[in-house]
Amino acid sequence: MLLYSIRRLLASVLVLLASSFLVFVLVAQTVDPLSIYRTRQPPPPPEFFEQKREELGLNDPIFVRYWHWLTGVLHGDFGNNINGNPVRPDLFERLGVTARMVIAAMLLAIVLAVIVGVVTAVRKDKPVDYVATIISYILIALPVFWFAVLLKTFVAIKINEWVGQTILYTQGEESPGISLYGTTGEIFKDRLQHLVLPTIALAGITYAAWSRFQRASMLDVMSSEYMRFARAKGLPWRKVLVKHGLRNALIPTTTVVALGLGTIFGGAIITETVFNWNGMGRYLTQNGLGQNDLNVVLGWLIVSAFFIVLFNLIADLLYAVLDPRIRLS
Amino acid sequence: MATDVQQVTTPQGTPQTPTSAPIEREFTVKSRSQTQQALRRFMHNKLAMAALFVYVALLLISFIYPHFYGWTYDHQDAASLSSPPGTNGHPFGTDEIGQDLLARMMLGIQRSTYISVIFVLVAGSVGVLIGAISGYFGKWVDNVLMRFVDIILTVPILVAIIVVAANFPGARSPIGIALFIAILGWMDLARIVRSSFLSLREREYVEAAHALGASDKRIILKHLIPNSLGQIIVWGTLGAATAVITEAALSYLGYGVQGSQTSLGALVAIGAQAAETRPWLFYFPGIAILIIVLSINLIGDGVRDAFDPSANRNR
Repeated sequence: MLLYSIRRLLASVLVLLASSFLVFVLVAQTVDPLSIYRTRQPPPPPEFFEQKREELGLNDPIFVRYWHWLTGVLHGDFGNNINGNPVRPDLFERLGVTARMVIAAMLLAIVLAVIVGVVTAVRKDKPVDYVATIISYILIALPVFWFAVLLKTFVAIKINEWVGQTILYTQGEESPGISLYGTTGEIFKDRLQHLVLPTIALAGITYAAWSRFQRASMLDVMSSEYMRFARAKGLPWRKVLVKHGLRNALIPTTTVVALGLGTIFGGAIITETVFNWNGMGRYLTQNGLGQNDLNVVLGWLIVSAFFIVLFNLIADLLYAVLDPRIRLS
Repeated sequence: MATDVQQVTTPQGTPQTPTSAPIEREFTVKSRSQTQQALRRFMHNKLAMAALFVYVALLLISFIYPHFYGWTYDHQDAASLSSPPGTNGHPFGTDEIGQDLLARMMLGIQRSTYISVIFVLVAGSVGVLIGAISGYFGKWVDNVLMRFVDIILTVPILVAIIVVAANFPGARSPIGIALFIAILGWMDLARIVRSSFLSLREREYVEAAHALGASDKRIILKHLIPNSLGQIIVWGTLGAATAVITEAALSYLGYGVQGSQTSLGALVAIGAQAAETRPWLFYFPGIAILIIVLSINLIGDGVRDAFDPSANRNR
């Protein structure tokens, strides 16, 4: 197991390195950090661009530029944004904001997926199964932003009107300025109220596909011999389902969930846009790509690549822990 | 056929069964190829057939009806700006510059269909090619290609497309968008084809083909790909749905199909800006996306069950 883990870890580090190079080349070729100066009237003289290019090191060969950037990142320096401020504090602050939404949504999605998956498998072809299946299929087919607007209009606004005050916020990650004047309790409550809708939107879209997966693997397990044997030796059905069934049926889901976390980052961009959350996603689209800010885009991509590789590694290791046959082959 | 009849009526004038005619087999089953069997199973799947019917009907309407419909997608009806559905002869209403929503939606469905088709063809070819090479040749070739796939997968597809699309605004036609999605969307198919090839190439019939002196190309094209076809088709249908959703997401973020070259995603994205004041502009295109993606997914599941009746459905 130790040897297996070390091998996987080394492979992950190599993949991350290669990925960082790929990302660097892609972004360096497409993002032009000097574009803000090009639209100026009157246009700056060519010497100005030449001087800027020299200053930012854009004239160096791509390998040299990559090396500078990589050594910086390894020392915790993500470079400066176009206004000359370091990228790192902003990036990590935004990461924290997104993490609130992503972690809450993931927990909700996992719980929902397992419950719905198991219940629909146990009650296969019963009304519960049909209803849950229809809901999952519809959720899978919905664009996130469309679903989010539905939630805002038909859930949040209706609840707020019914109660007579704002319970669920539809915009932003916290009320403006509350972190300056609010007490810890107030900040927590305020952030929670802002968190509910985006979490439901993201979790709703995510859990649907996972619950289908959980259902399939549960059905698979339920038809296996050891389940019948456990039943035959007299264990109560409920106990058989939980002890023998669920435990084994969770193995494939674990991998799917861990691998799916990577794509959540993509989904979170849209959710953040709908709810005007100032998280990672908006940092990329507005500050990064919107302003052609090279270091912001690079920083975003390397952080997301890090998490994707990390969760792939966790998926591999978890799978090996749960299913010993994997690490032996 | 004509020669058969002649043979039967000649030579003595009494009908006789010639030896070349098929022997009558009352109790045996007609032999069917794997694809024919799958097709039969698919036709018996009511839900999948209903989905196929809805999808085909929607496509027929969107491609044919515009020729007979009173409004063109770019006609600006100054007499009815932002009119709700059913007024002034606009069944789905108009947008704020008086363009008919139904006409634009039909164009949008056409565009989204082009995007799906181009995506599935391009990403499908690349995915099958890479997956086939990787799975068939194995060893270092497999290692190199699959690590390459791992590396590409560390960049979220949506983000990669945004980064590229943001800096090539000129390429944001429906075809350009489809190619962007395709260039970054073939990896999961490559993995599927690879793992299918890895198990298929160990089968006896492949060994037999080798022993008979068949070339690699022949084995891949004649034996391995036909046997992986079910999985490839399933990927294709689900991929078509993914392309529609991805395009919608891109449009919503502002990196989708541009200008008068509308698409379903672009329509919903524009509608989302005023979902409360002009709800029809938001709900109708969204429902169209829902119907399209839902029916494609149901068709895909039907195909999966048809090709592999023993396997449980994954979704």
